[in-house]
Amino acid sequence: MRICITSQGETLEAPVEERFGRAPYFIFVESETGSFEAIENPFARGAGGVGPKAAQFIINHNVGILISGMVGGNAREVLEAAGIAMFTSRSAGTVKAALEQLKGNILERSEQQ
Amino acid sequence: MKIAVASGKGGTGKTLVAANLASVLSKDVSTTLVDCDVEEPNLHLFFPSPVTTADVTVPMPVFDPEACNHCGKCAEFCRYGAISVLPNRILFFPELCHSCGGCMLVCPNGAIREEPVRIGIVTTSHPSNRLTLVTGILDEGQSHATPIIRAAKEMGGSSDLIVFDAAPGTTCSVVETVTDCDACILVTESTPFGLHDLSLAYEVMKLLNVPSGVVINRSDGEDAEVLAFCRSHGLSVLLTIPFDRGIAAVQNRGELISRKDRAWEEMFAELYARCRTLVGVHE
Repeated sequence: MRICITSQGETLEAPVEERFGRAPYFIFVESETGSFEAIENPFARGAGGVGPKAAQFIINHNVGILISGMVGGNAREVLEAAGIAMFTSRSAGTVKAALEQLKGNILERSEQQ
Repeated sequence: MKIAVASGKGGTGKTLVAANLASVLSKDVSTTLVDCDVEEPNLHLFFPSPVTTADVTVPMPVFDPEACNHCGKCAEFCRYGAISVLPNRILFFPELCHSCGGCMLVCPNGAIREEPVRIGIVTTSHPSNRLTLVTGILDEGQSHATPIIRAAKEMGGSSDLIVFDAAPGTTCSVVETVTDCDACILVTESTPFGLHDLSLAYEVMKLLNVPSGVVINRSDGEDAEVLAFCRSHGLSVLLTIPFDRGIAAVQNRGELISRKDRAWEEMFAELYARCRTLVGVHE
């Protein structure tokens, strides 16, 4: 399963970014191997519609689980339709810590605001 | 001559200026007054009169699920994020769509066609012999004001004298309203907010290449900062309206100060003369 975490930096030590569509980086982690790849979010500085565009972007990367802060209405609709499970990380911790919390089953499911 | 009335800051008195100016001008010349503040039009309050109504529509894409093979080219093309294509579904967000028609053009399967969707109305009335009032009204829940403004401006036609009442701010709505106008009256008040937003609005007029001048409304007689701004930017002060309870009372009853008071009638006629000077027309 591929997991996407919105991040402020390119490493697992970087803090989780709470914004989804405007996150500076998406970090894609393979849950089986633990290998990861950081990709700069091409829509981070977009004028509008960045939520659904970012959602499309991570769908195209075959993600099964998303860890982020707040996911807006339009992006949420797209991600839900694609069957992506969404979790919220708001502890301002690192990407690595969020992954541990996901494994430990203590991350909250992201609910509509 | 096309004159826009804009402000930057809201509540400075755009509508007061536009309504009185158009009312005074229409005594002698056929005048059209266009309310381009389509999210909150209020000029009609000063000119109650029966209206005719026309729908305003914009084209929006409709997807044919049979013909679509989910290639995703439309979603990739849409810079507004209005389309998401999943392996077995298409999601369309009408509030993000700018009706550019690009998705239809790039679809290799002919799976997208356009259908008109109503987003508001334009009303027209004739409150007096030589005055036509056109009002753009955006439907509640719709987010794109500019197509309504465009429709209202078109409905205003090409009469010799048109006054456009713009929305507050310096957004696309204001740009749409002021574009192609011969002059713009910037209404401000002598407060820090009024001056701050006046400076923003002035920058927009400069970019649009529309000559502008300033009306100071609700002046308490201490307008030094606004006057200094006008001086340093080469802006003329076209009219100063004092902070006066009597004026507010007339306005609050839905009446016009230029109809109540001959002196105001002359001052608004003079405002028009000064607008002509802005454009370079000399009597």
